[in-house]
Amino acid sequence: MSRWEKLKRNPRAAWMAFILIAVLLAILPFLADTLLSRSWVRILDFALLYIILALGLNIVVGFAGLLDLGYVAFFAVGAYLYALLASPHFGIHLPFWALLPMGAGVTCIFGVLLGAPTLRLRGDYLAIVTLGFGEIIRIFLNNLNAPVNITNGPQGVNKIDPASFGGFSLNQTHQLFGIDFTSVHNYYYLFLSLGLLVVFISMRLQDSRIGRAWVAVREDEVAAKAMGINTRNIKLLAFAMGASFGGVGGGLFAGFQGFISPESFTLIESIMILCMVVLGGMGNIAGVVLGVVLLVVLPEALRYIGPFEQALFGHIIVDPADLRMLIFGLALILVMLFRPAGLLPSTVRKREFAGEEEMPASNEVST
Amino acid sequence: MTLLEARQVTKRFGGLLALDEVSLSLQNGEIYGLIGPNGAGKTTLFNVLTGLYSPDHGEFFFDGEKLPSTKPHAVAERGIARTFQNIRLFGNMSALENVMVGRHVRTRAGVIGAVLRDARTREEEDGIYSRAFALLQYVGIAEYANNLSSHLSYGDQRRLEIARALATEPKLLALDEPAAGMNATETAGLKKLLEIIRGDGVTILLIEHDVKLVMGLCDRVAVLDYGRKIAEGAPQQVQRDPAVIEAYLGGVLA
Repeated sequence: MSRWEKLKRNPRAAWMAFILIAVLLAILPFLADTLLSRSWVRILDFALLYIILALGLNIVVGFAGLLDLGYVAFFAVGAYLYALLASPHFGIHLPFWALLPMGAGVTCIFGVLLGAPTLRLRGDYLAIVTLGFGEIIRIFLNNLNAPVNITNGPQGVNKIDPASFGGFSLNQTHQLFGIDFTSVHNYYYLFLSLGLLVVFISMRLQDSRIGRAWVAVREDEVAAKAMGINTRNIKLLAFAMGASFGGVGGGLFAGFQGFISPESFTLIESIMILCMVVLGGMGNIAGVVLGVVLLVVLPEALRYIGPFEQALFGHIIVDPADLRMLIFGLALILVMLFRPAGLLPSTVRKREFAGEEEMPASNEVST
Repeated sequence: MTLLEARQVTKRFGGLLALDEVSLSLQNGEIYGLIGPNGAGKTTLFNVLTGLYSPDHGEFFFDGEKLPSTKPHAVAERGIARTFQNIRLFGNMSALENVMVGRHVRTRAGVIGAVLRDARTREEEDGIYSRAFALLQYVGIAEYANNLSSHLSYGDQRRLEIARALATEPKLLALDEPAAGMNATETAGLKKLLEIIRGDGVTILLIEHDVKLVMGLCDRVAVLDYGRKIAEGAPQQVQRDPAVIEAYLGGVLA
């Protein structure tokens, strides 16, 4: 019996764990602020943002098995949509609460548009085509400043409206119970709530008729077709759902940063998000979250190597920036060699080891 | 009553004529065997029937209506389910989940239902679960419900494929060499299972090399050779057909 199942059968322990995690998540930015530094709160914000993106990509790659190397395109579309409709660039200032669902909707359509031509492709070929799409979007954004200036080209869009609800701007410091909630703290709670929503949606989808259809397509597309699954629609649905998460992430990113340019949406960004999904355990939500946390926190934590070297040897032998990427790359290679299914492989494989367990009750049924 | 009718179905792969104007008809409730030497076109016929390939010529009528030729999911929805010669299970899903996927075509919950998990969706999900489990019991592998399908024994994988196909509530079950790789005991068990399935009102189209199984089980048999139907009739009658003997053994004393 796994620890998780034990928890399920012990509701009191489960509630205690739940409350503990909730309290921890609630005070985490203040812990990071006091124990480490303000910049760590910002890192936490980014971790949460990447959780939204990675879980979106997880639907496409992890659930449906469609290797998408151009995922950042949806992130870019969401970010630019928000930036163009809430900045002095066009002089349009739509409210935040309207832009977020709109971003999800528009990127959904982009997901279908980019997904449709790739339906017959699989594996390597799909990866190449989606990679191309990702680049096309970025190059468009880079060049759509002439003859009509839409995206402002490589200079990017500046002075984007911060996320705000009514008069409550997340960019200002607010005081509550005598505690200062600065911009990064405010965004932490916004990203946390949306991140939790995305986790919730992913979990519900995974354990549903649609989720099973996605996995069936991933496992064997021909058999899935023969079982009556309309693979075209179910793949487009995966692209659309994944893209909409990316779009929401993009909108949040634009509001948080206040400035975006095509440089933020390069291929390496797609690859980083893919690494997060694969490293943690493709198709497993907890694994993806772990992958994100590691890949966001690890490179930042490795910055401390510099002072450490200084203290140990009196001078810096290896530039921490170089060493950081070296250790990072090595860690990725080791994980993939020793845990090819990811740090937290999906539950089916774990369940296999608990094979002797009988089925839960409510089995007495007839055909 | 005729359930399935193939009319002059032709399929070419480049210069190879895989199916040459094959016509046959299946009656409701019968077990119809399809035999022939390797490469005779049996599996091709299955693939054309289930919409995985489109025929170059000819068509299928099922339950009085024309079958769509390039939409496998629509064929499944109309009531034709199949198994595969080289077992095609969803390897990283449990046995139970494999059968639950088979319920897809008879259920309708979408994204919104999945996320909100309203009363109707929960009820449907419970139905999928209990039906899938009942089907595992039906084919006799309920004890492995939570095992990965790729970890089942060969014979059990074949049974699981049948359970998954039955989950789509087919009128016609098309089995591609279900006894391949089974020992005598397993084959006897399979025969019993197929008889039960037929008893429950499902028509069966069977590709099989095990002559004993075909002779003991099928009501009628068609023989394919080089893409043409060379004989059709009761098993014993077909067995004595000179054209069939020639196809299997080569031109005798030629």
